[in-house]
Order: sequence, then C-alpha cells, then structure tokens
Amino acid sequence: MSDKSAATTRTGIWYEPDASLKRRYAADKRLRIYGVAAIVFALSMLAILVGTIVMTALPAVTQTHVTLQVELSAEAIDRSDPRSASYQKMLADTISRLYPEVDTPRELRELRQLFTNNAQYMLRDMVVADPSLIGQTVDFTFPMSDIGDQLHKGGIDRNLPPEQRRINNDQIGWYDRLVEQDRITTPLNTGMIFNADSRFPELAGLRGALVGSFYALLICFLVSFPVGISAAVYLEEFAPKNRWTDLIEVNINNLAAVPSIVFGLLGLAVFLNFFGMPRSAPIVGGLVLSLMTLPTIIIATRAALKAVPPSIREAAIGVGASKMQTVGHHVLPLAMPGILTGTIIGLAQALGETAPLLLIGMNAFITAAPDSMFNPSTALPTQIYIWADSPERGFTSRTSAAIVVLLGFLVCMNAIAIYMRKRFERKW
Amino acid sequence: MATTEASGMIMTKSVEGADVLADQAARVGTHDVKVAASKVSVFYGEKQALFDVTIDIPARQVMAFIGPSGCGKSTFLRCINRMNDTIDICRVTGSIEIDGANVYDAKIDPVLLRARVGMVFQKPNPFPKSIYDNIAYGPRIHGKAKAGSEMDAIVEASLRRAGLWNEVKDRLKEPGTGLSGGQQQRLCIARAIAVNPDIILMDEPCSALDPIATAKVEELIDELRERYTIVIVTHSMQQAARVSQRAAFFHLGHLVEEGATEHMFTNPSDRRTQDYITGRFG
Repeated sequence: MSDKSAATTRTGIWYEPDASLKRRYAADKRLRIYGVAAIVFALSMLAILVGTIVMTALPAVTQTHVTLQVELSAEAIDRSDPRSASYQKMLADTISRLYPEVDTPRELRELRQLFTNNAQYMLRDMVVADPSLIGQTVDFTFPMSDIGDQLHKGGIDRNLPPEQRRINNDQIGWYDRLVEQDRITTPLNTGMIFNADSRFPELAGLRGALVGSFYALLICFLVSFPVGISAAVYLEEFAPKNRWTDLIEVNINNLAAVPSIVFGLLGLAVFLNFFGMPRSAPIVGGLVLSLMTLPTIIIATRAALKAVPPSIREAAIGVGASKMQTVGHHVLPLAMPGILTGTIIGLAQALGETAPLLLIGMNAFITAAPDSMFNPSTALPTQIYIWADSPERGFTSRTSAAIVVLLGFLVCMNAIAIYMRKRFERKW
Repeated sequence: MATTEASGMIMTKSVEGADVLADQAARVGTHDVKVAASKVSVFYGEKQALFDVTIDIPARQVMAFIGPSGCGKSTFLRCINRMNDTIDICRVTGSIEIDGANVYDAKIDPVLLRARVGMVFQKPNPFPKSIYDNIAYGPRIHGKAKAGSEMDAIVEASLRRAGLWNEVKDRLKEPGTGLSGGQQQRLCIARAIAVNPDIILMDEPCSALDPIATAKVEELIDELRERYTIVIVTHSMQQAARVSQRAAFFHLGHLVEEGATEHMFTNPSDRRTQDYITGRFG
C-alpha cells in the first residue's frame, strides 16, 4: 500500500532536491548567520571596550618630570638635622633664578602651579637619604603638576582662548622655556604602582589598593577555601540524602545568586556593628568577600567530587579503606584540580567586587598603604571608584590605567585556572 | 511470584535429593564451607532485589554466579563484603557467615571484613597512582607492612602471584592507568591479594577485556584457587564452565539452582537453568 503510493507520488529524478529540503537548508543557513552575527557583535563590543580603556589609559603610562639644579648649601641645611631645613625656600629660590622676571605674588603662585606640591618633601627625603649631597648643587628631578603634565601630553589645547583653559598664556610661556632648556623628561610612571593614593594625580598610585586587595583576597582564601571544601565534602560524601540536605543544597545555590551589595550590608551589620571590627580594614573586606565566594567554591567542589568516577571509590573501599581514607587519599586529590579552578574563579570574582567593600568603608581616602590587614585601606575596584569620582583631569587616564591593572590580574587568574584545567584533565 | 518461589522449593529439594551424590563428588578433599549464606534478602528502598538466598560456598574453589542481567547475582556478591553498605537505600536481611561469624553482626567492622574479602570489579579500576602504590596502598592503610623492604616484598609477591611481575618489574613507578586493560585487571587482582584476603570476589572481571587478556585472567583465577576462595560473577557460560568448580544460577532475584559446574551444565535440574544454558533466554 505505502509502497504503491510512494511510487505514484514520486515524480522527477530522486536526487533532485524538493522545496522542503531547500527550506531546511535555508533555515540551517539562517541560524548559522545569526550565530556568527552574534559572535561578531559581542567580540566587537569587547574590542571597543578594551580599546577605549587602553587608549584612555595610555597617557598614564608616563609622567612628565622636570629637572632643576638645586643648590643644597651647607649654611641652609643643618648636617646634624637635615630634616629641619626649609626646602620650600630652596626650591623657591631655584625657580626664581630660572624666572627672574616673575615677581608678583600672583605670578609666583601661578608659576608654582606648574610643579607638584610635594616637591619640597621629595627634596627633603632625597637629602635625608643621602646627607653627602649637602654643600653641592644637585640635579633634582620631580613630577610636574597635573596641568603641567596635561600640557606636555597635549591634554590642553593651546589654541583655545585663555579663559577656556585651565592654564594661562604666562604659564604656557614658562613651560615652553623649560622645554627649550631640555629640562622636561617623561619617564615610565612607576609612581602609578608604587605610590599610595594622593589628592594630586601626579602623585597618586595603586600601592595602597594593591596591598589592600592582596590582604582581602588572602583572608578570603584562608576562610572560604577550607570551609568551602569541608562543607562540600560533607554534603557530597557523608551527609545522608534527605529533605534537610536538599534544603541546604537549594539554599547554597540561591546564596550564589544573592546580589553582592547584600553581603556588604551583612558585613556592615555583623562584622562592624556587632563585632566592632575596624572600619575600612582589609580583614573585614576579606571576610565579606569570603561569604560571597563560599557558595562558588562549594558548588565547584561538589561538581569536582561528583566527577570522580565511582569506580575509584569502590576500589578504595574494596581494599578496606574507611570512608575518610577513601575521600582523603583518593577522591579529594583527584578532585583537587577542579576545586582549585573553581576557587581561582571565585577569587577572581571577589577581586573585582566593589559594592560590598563600599558598604564597609573600603572607599576611604587613605594616603598610605596598610601595614597590616587591620589598617584602613582601599582595594583595587574601590580605588577605581574613587578616582573615577575625582575631578582632576589626570585621574581620567589613571582610572583607566587602574582598570587595566585590575583586568590584568583577572586575566592572569583566569589563565591559571584554564591552564590547571588543561594540565590536570584526566581521562578515565 | 508464587510460582517462582514454589519452584525454588523444588530446586532445594532436587539439590538435597537426587543430585546429592554428584554434589558430594565436587566437594572431595578438604573443602570446608567458607561462606554460609542463609535466607539473604536485599531491598533497594521498597523494591526487593534478592529473595531468601541460601547457599554454601566451599573454601579453595571457584564458585561462579550465573544468570541473566538484573538477576541479583552481583547484588549477592556485594553482600559478602558489605559493599552494599555504601548505598543508602540498600537493606540486607538474613545472615552471611564467614568461618562461622556473621558479617552483618554489629561487632563486625566492614573495614576489617573487606581486608579479608578482596574484590575485583567489572571495569579495571586501578588508582591513578604508580603500579607500586596501587599494590602498597592496602597493606599501608591496614598497617600490614612498613615502607621499605618489607613493603617491596609484599608488592613483588602480590604481582608475582597475579602473574604480572615480569611485565611490570622495570616500571613500578609508572602509573597503573598506563597499562593495557588486561594488565590493569591483573593489577587490580594483585591489589586485592596484597592485603592477604581469604576470599576474592570478582564481579564480571573479564567483561571489559579482549579474549587474550581474558584467557590470562582465567588462567590466573585457576592458579589462585590453590590459596583463595574465589567467587566470580560472569555473563559468559563458557567462562563459568572453564574456571569454576561450582556454579549457582540466579533468576529474578532467586537462587534457582546450585551445584557442581560440570553437573549443572550437562544435566540441569531446573527448567529455567536449562533454558538459560542452552541460550533460550538471557
């Protein structure tokens, strides 16, 4: 019957594609095009994002410095107490010798605006570090101020009328004389990494934020790694499967989806207000971040434990290993690469987390790197937040540079995770 | 259900009755009862997987459990060293006595039991460690030997007994997972031997191996019979015929028939055994 109908309905050559086949191929093709378009769109967005950040960050790679010959006369500096001398006056004299025509207080103030405010302290530190300089005339290199830096890097348009730019014609003239005298250099901006935060962009750096983030991540790791593994091993290997453990499992999964700012509120209420721990301290930041990282580590650890084939457990139990020995000697070591991968990804998340740190005060303005995890400090993301909020032009490029540093750490951590996953991947 | 139980009764009679002589013929010499199971039933949750199995397993012989898939032969095998304890919903009733002591007694520690009753699994499952450590792990956790020459001796003896020594003696530090399938399975047998058990349970030990590796393992089983009581679960009738002295046929959770292998294969007393052996189902 069916043979007959098939024979009668079949017309033309059997390999000639019919309309429905063409439609199917067209659908396939459309789907492929949608997919490729989506990927191209995502990649181009990513390229634009990273591109703009890097382009904005580029000016912060160097810092404009000026070199002046400062006379460190033995009369002005007491050899027994070099700290007490008036370095401000020494610098002022040096600058006045360069610009003898500048004499009104207003002009002098405008002239000083070209150089960083902290130059006198840098000079002092140089002399205190090396008292043999006293009595000589030394080359003293120090940063230009933000407007000097901007002018040198082309951040200020000379063609604009003077009232529309932050620097007047006199200042431009004085700067041009420095250029003519070959006093301007643009060395690599090492202060960006090694200085602590500052009100002045030319002096602001990430040291405090880096140390703060390091301490916070250390605490986060030390708390969440052992607790997370213990919880996951208990739930996966020892706990009876009943309603209570189901409830716990569901809640751990939910916890991973709780907005991070809620953990910040929890930290504020529990660690700061109830336990009275120090405000803005990396230890509190680390504890709050560990609460956030715990669900990630527990979920990753359970997945890694599940991936260890039951035959290994049977083999261990079969030769008379106890439950604890089976887990400790065989299952956990085999799951370790997966656990570590999950942990690194959790820590990378914690490194970039801003909201909970804002609530416990890690966005304070702190001009010294913390000595310990109990001192007030910022962290990388909160430092970015502070700088992004600052009005000085120099902070625009520094914000982007800090983002590049943060992204660099995140990429490194994820690369380690990927490497470990590939390196320790096992075929059973 | 009632009919199968009834025929189970008939089976018991037939073993005790007409075939007693043949049965005794297979137990010649000093073959005592090593494992005596009595009315063993196993439940997975509500579902009963094994019904009142009563069987004696003689010492220093190979006993083969045969039967179609899902008949309960592996389940019963795993009762002997309490591997079923690891399954939450599994419940065992009845008694299994090894040398007169019931393994389900409260004072029996499953860890010590499993040191006396070794197990070899369907798929070779060496630890992802070195060949040496695979063997040494059992003796180490049981405190049977200290690291060093004492342990070296145990490793060598176990590998020799498993017929693997000559193949691996130069690469003891290499991972056990790098061996071929048949070698891995013999490594697992050596691992079981290393803790000096009385009984070795084998759960379809050759089902993942090629014919040549299978032949080697079967040869090994035949040699091991001199020292150990071996219980082997197998799907292959030919294998049961080749390696075992006694056989037990399971069907739908019931022990249908048990007796000397030769006798069972040539002259089965139960209709279902006959159908299975001749390939009518299974």
